[in-house]
Amino acid sequence: MSAEPVLQVRNLRAHIGTARGVVRAVDDVSLDVDRAQALGVVGESGSGKSVMAKAVMGLLPPRAACSGEVLFEGRDLLSLPRKERAQIWGKQIAMVFQDPGRSLNPVVRIERQLTEGMRRLLGTSRSEARGKALELLSEVGVPDPERRLRNYPHELSGGMRQRVMIAIALACEPDLLIADEPTTALDVTIQRQILDLLRRVQRDRGMSLVLISHDLAVVAGRTDRVAVMYAGRLAEVGATRSVFDSPRHRYTHALLEATPALDHERNAPLRLIPGSLPDPTDPPPGCRFTARCAQVEDDCRDPGPSMALVGADHYAACTRPVAAGDVPLPVGGGSGGR
Amino acid sequence: MTTQSHAVAGVAAQAEPAVPRVRRTRSILVALAYGWLFTVIAVALLADVLPLTSYATPVGFPRQGPQWGSLDLLLGTDTQGRSILARCIHGARVSLVVGAVAGLLGFVIGTTLGMLGGYLGGRFDSLVRLIADTMLAFPPLILLLALSSILTPSVRTLLVGLTLLVVPTFTRLARANTLAWSAREFVLAARNMGAGHRRILLKEILPNVLPALGAYLPIVMAALIVAEGSLSFLGLGIPPPTPSWGGMISDGKDAIADFPHLVFIPALVIFLTVFSLNQAGDHLRQRFDRTLHD
Repeated sequence: MSAEPVLQVRNLRAHIGTARGVVRAVDDVSLDVDRAQALGVVGESGSGKSVMAKAVMGLLPPRAACSGEVLFEGRDLLSLPRKERAQIWGKQIAMVFQDPGRSLNPVVRIERQLTEGMRRLLGTSRSEARGKALELLSEVGVPDPERRLRNYPHELSGGMRQRVMIAIALACEPDLLIADEPTTALDVTIQRQILDLLRRVQRDRGMSLVLISHDLAVVAGRTDRVAVMYAGRLAEVGATRSVFDSPRHRYTHALLEATPALDHERNAPLRLIPGSLPDPTDPPPGCRFTARCAQVEDDCRDPGPSMALVGADHYAACTRPVAAGDVPLPVGGGSGGR
Repeated sequence: MTTQSHAVAGVAAQAEPAVPRVRRTRSILVALAYGWLFTVIAVALLADVLPLTSYATPVGFPRQGPQWGSLDLLLGTDTQGRSILARCIHGARVSLVVGAVAGLLGFVIGTTLGMLGGYLGGRFDSLVRLIADTMLAFPPLILLLALSSILTPSVRTLLVGLTLLVVPTFTRLARANTLAWSAREFVLAARNMGAGHRRILLKEILPNVLPALGAYLPIVMAALIVAEGSLSFLGLGIPPPTPSWGGMISDGKDAIADFPHLVFIPALVIFLTVFSLNQAGDHLRQRFDRTLHD
């Protein structure tokens, strides 16, 4: 494992202009993705995880503006000329989207969608690209790839489409794969297959993976590190095991406690986090979680917490972190993990 | 328990569920529609070669009914003794040309404007929308009356007027479809890979927009044939002696009580053509619109 991380996000802010004001979707986030590592990004809807991924991929709408740095192998994607960036996206960083039914072009055969990237970005010949496409489809577990190449997207099931999407993303052998809620549109049995596939491919290829999900269980067993986002900020980052076994940020702790599990006591009420996300156009000063946190003191708002090392490879931005031994109830997917 | 389940399995193995047969609906109607369209197009193309007297020359007494014997008299004669069959066939040229050319022109212009508007957005989009809405709000008959009073009535004037009428509908349809498709991930991905606007519009968006618009085209053509008929009926269409279906209805309307065939034959031809076009449009849409299967 090389020391230099594949992706370094430095003080990234992504603000989106709306009629109601500027939405601070991502507000000063710094994050590393190491080589050959799987990083999970979790947070509830509106926490900024998707916007962060889109900022890295240059997919934000024109009315959004970014500041900070997104360093991919040392080069800042936000300031690189468009032509050079086009060489990185798709080829070195690839993305798998949420809904495979929407992300594939319905009037184009799988073959062209799968080989287009290789032919355009790598200059592969048609027959070579076809052979490669067959290999890719087998790698992602699509049966009868010969026939599938001739199919249109609507002739495949949802799970097959997502496998094809992953094959397309892998076609140019990227160094980093970003999967933005890759299983949200799929049913539960297929979800697991797709997630296990992503993890297997990531390990086999020694590639880096960013797995974005609102579902803690999705991330729990399949990533090396995990980042928890709340209202555009990073709450906690660390080795997956250590974050799930011993969360230090009050938000992560509350989130894990609110997750139902099969071995909960039967009649115990579900624990909730009271309140809702702060107004993204006008967030509170200091820690974003103050309105919902049980342990708020004045210094949470001013000066507010900053990211601090709280354990081995474990950082949290909390002025009054949860005690190291305070273990939340277990998560459904198994925080003990496989 | 075991015996029971065996018995159940035995029954299940014998009884095949009765699946109702799925019939291919309307196949005969669609075949007839295509047959009629093919015939009309063929005779219109071959009008000069067919063994018919010219549409301008009288072939017998005026206002004769349909009769066997002579091909010229098959559908009877009009108020001036000219062959109705010959006039219907030559009239098909005008009606088909007007429907097809105005329809296609409107389709091409409207689709281009709508796709550019929907894709580029911003000021250009506002402009396109303003023009389309203005044109849609304008009463079509007034526009056509104004055009034919300013310009001399001719096939070309008619084409310009009718094209103007159908451009805004195609513009709006194309714009709405383009808006929906350009937000899709495969378009974003193509853009990220460095594809230019032209490539994205032609290779990614157009093939998706085309089925919806293409299915609408025959319906628009049908409406245009009716519109041409109405205009000729009002005396604003094709100048005589060139026949058109609407013009023939107009010519025969005074004698409708005594000689209904003068009106009903061209009206029937219009009806069959428009009906066939609509059937064909529906059929083509079901056949080729992949987004319907999703």
